[in-house]
Amino acid sequence: MTTIPDAPKPVFRPSMLIYDTRYRSLTIQVVVLFLFMAGAAWLIDNAIQNLRTLGKDFNFSFLGQRAGYDINQRLVAYDSNSTHGRALLVGLLNTLLLAVMSCALATVIGVIAGVLRLSGNWLVARLMTVYVETFRNIPTLLWILVFGAIMTESMPAPAAFRGDNPTAEMILGMVAITNRGVYVPEPMFARSLGDLDLGLFLVSIDLLALAAVLIAGILIRRRLLRHAEAVQNATGVRPVTWWKGLLAVVLPPALLLWALGFHLNYPELAGFNFSGGIHLRNSLIAMWLALSIYTGAFIAENVRAGIMAVSRGQTEAAFALGLRPGTTMNLVILPQAKRIIIPPLISQYLNITKNTSLALAVGYMDLRSTLGGITLNQTGRELEAMLLMMLIYLVISLLISLAMNLYNRRVGLKER
Amino acid sequence: MKTFTFFGALTAAGLAAGVVQAATLDDVRARGNLSCGISTGLAGFSAPDANGVWQGFDVAVCRAVAAAVLGDPMAVTFVPTTGQTRFTALSSGEIDLLARNTTWTFSRDVDLKFTFAGINYYDGQGFMVSRELGVSSARELDGATICIQTGTTTELNLADYFRANNMSYEPVPIETNAEAQQQYLAGACDVYTTDASGLASTRATFADPENHILLPEIISKEPLGPLVRHGDDEWADIVKWTLYALIAAEEYGITSQNIDELARGTDNPEINRLLGVEGGLGQMFRLENDWARRAISAGGNYGEIFSSTIGESTPIGLARGLNAQWTQGGLLYAMPFR
Ligand SMILES: N[C@@H](CCC(=O)N[C@@H](CS)C(=O)NCC(=O)O)C(=O)O
Repeated sequence: MTTIPDAPKPVFRPSMLIYDTRYRSLTIQVVVLFLFMAGAAWLIDNAIQNLRTLGKDFNFSFLGQRAGYDINQRLVAYDSNSTHGRALLVGLLNTLLLAVMSCALATVIGVIAGVLRLSGNWLVARLMTVYVETFRNIPTLLWILVFGAIMTESMPAPAAFRGDNPTAEMILGMVAITNRGVYVPEPMFARSLGDLDLGLFLVSIDLLALAAVLIAGILIRRRLLRHAEAVQNATGVRPVTWWKGLLAVVLPPALLLWALGFHLNYPELAGFNFSGGIHLRNSLIAMWLALSIYTGAFIAENVRAGIMAVSRGQTEAAFALGLRPGTTMNLVILPQAKRIIIPPLISQYLNITKNTSLALAVGYMDLRSTLGGITLNQTGRELEAMLLMMLIYLVISLLISLAMNLYNRRVGLKER
Repeated sequence: MKTFTFFGALTAAGLAAGVVQAATLDDVRARGNLSCGISTGLAGFSAPDANGVWQGFDVAVCRAVAAAVLGDPMAVTFVPTTGQTRFTALSSGEIDLLARNTTWTFSRDVDLKFTFAGINYYDGQGFMVSRELGVSSARELDGATICIQTGTTTELNLADYFRANNMSYEPVPIETNAEAQQQYLAGACDVYTTDASGLASTRATFADPENHILLPEIISKEPLGPLVRHGDDEWADIVKWTLYALIAAEEYGITSQNIDELARGTDNPEINRLLGVEGGLGQMFRLENDWARRAISAGGNYGEIFSSTIGESTPIGLARGLNAQWTQGGLLYAMPFR
């Protein structure tokens, strides 16, 4: 008789933590976790100890103290009597303004350059290649400095616009390009509705009303188009809509503008500088152009990749159905290409936002220059200011990611 | 269990490494050179010469301290700092000493936790404009575009001055003096404002200094001096008394010419104590007794340093003014060596 031996009792020996594949990965994870925690604890403890040896504490009360310095570009009310917290807000808004402007321009540039790089026209395609390769391969900071230098070194000083024989002239009497920035006409309302106080800042009711009317017009136009489509589907005849749609979008804002007494305030030479109009400072323009054109080159490549990823057969099929090239691009290629373009576009937007922190190079007063620059320096709160700044950039980046991911989900392939 | 003990020990060791902080004097000796923070370049105060050797009025303080502590005025690692980076560099321990046109203020002393070792230049904030602007007083600057260095007392004074006089201005924030100079010369700002000494020094490097004027208004007090971290009194004493040694040397007529002769002994006990002939002062802060002699030999006494770097015979051409000895109607006053 053969006895069937009992199944060996599982014994656990410590060496199995390393040699047994069942436990090994667990061991490694625990070890890494310990290393990580030890590292973090060491850093934190180090910071605490060093702060103590220096006799410094860790607190954020400096945000409530008087800032004492002036900021040139202010989207909200601020002067040297305001607090450091307020200066932070001014810097943050400047960062956001620059990021939004740059993302928008970079997308336009990128899409145009990306499409043109695929153009059948040899010269145009080569020019775009040159653009993409030069801008992609030279660091952003250098482009920022180059654009800054072009603005300050080669544009006329305000004084050049003065006198009987001025050496510089305003464009159409409306726009002045100087070595201190570009002055453009400012929209004004003679019968303004005033401002809405949001606590932190004021918002112009005129602009809010305008936006509301515009959105309403666009919605009406969309209704009209949908109706036209229904009629077309039912009867085969598409009613003429273009003038109705145009009217719905253009007329109400125009009427509102008239009612509000809209007019333009032109920049004028007064004293040392131009006054009136909107002053786009050199620092803003240099940052805006540099970031947009630099990042545009990356976006162009994303766009090109996206378009090339849509198979040639799609185009041929569209042509076979009798669609014209423009329609093919808009209705067949781009909607599919978008799905490939958007995920890398998110990282480009994040790059732009983070690169805005190079602004100090040309003296643009962004978050890094206010909170992380002057405030940090005047109050000596390095750790607090740096942590706060990192936190703010993190939140901005996460919000951008979130928004873009939502959009991506909307245009993404709907699997049914 | 082993793992726990191991990591426990590792953590403890790491923590301990972060805590122990030797005296700056020992650090400097162990390293064999002094790490000295200076500006990124301001002619006469700190700028590299044709051979790449840093020279200037602020640099001389670093060299004197290195000579006193290490016996070699050249044993200095210069760390160029901007208005914004200088304080972090000092409090993080990257530099042992900051000599960079830095104004002694309450908050820097008390809140930022620094110790000013004294004052090597009594200054005030001024304005520079180009002559063709036709401005003769700071009161006429309403609406002007003004270049300022960020992270300085300058930007705070400027804000206060314009506010007090009910004037507006457009600040152009700038990081270094070199950039400010470029922006100012390109006409991107009408006015450059900083310490008057800095203006004189910047103007001296222009191709056409005669076309630029300093306005008569001095809007602030800017006592400039070397500083160290709080918490190491011995090191602060060394820097402070090295500076006093340079100032006292001028007062007592000790120059780089006659110092070797005087160091053989004189009738004046104060000079003897200063030069280490008697009194054993150096030992009191763990230096050799001839520390001051070495510091003075490095670049001469205060007056010699002044006249060779920024004085009237140099292109910068600053008069002694407030920076004359107290015996000459100035504010320089070294405490007694006794
Ligand atoms: N004394 C002021 C201003 C110091 C300052 O930045 N001075 C300028 C000009 S006097 C300078 O040294 N610049 C040299 C550089 O940019 O590195 C302060 O301590 O805040």
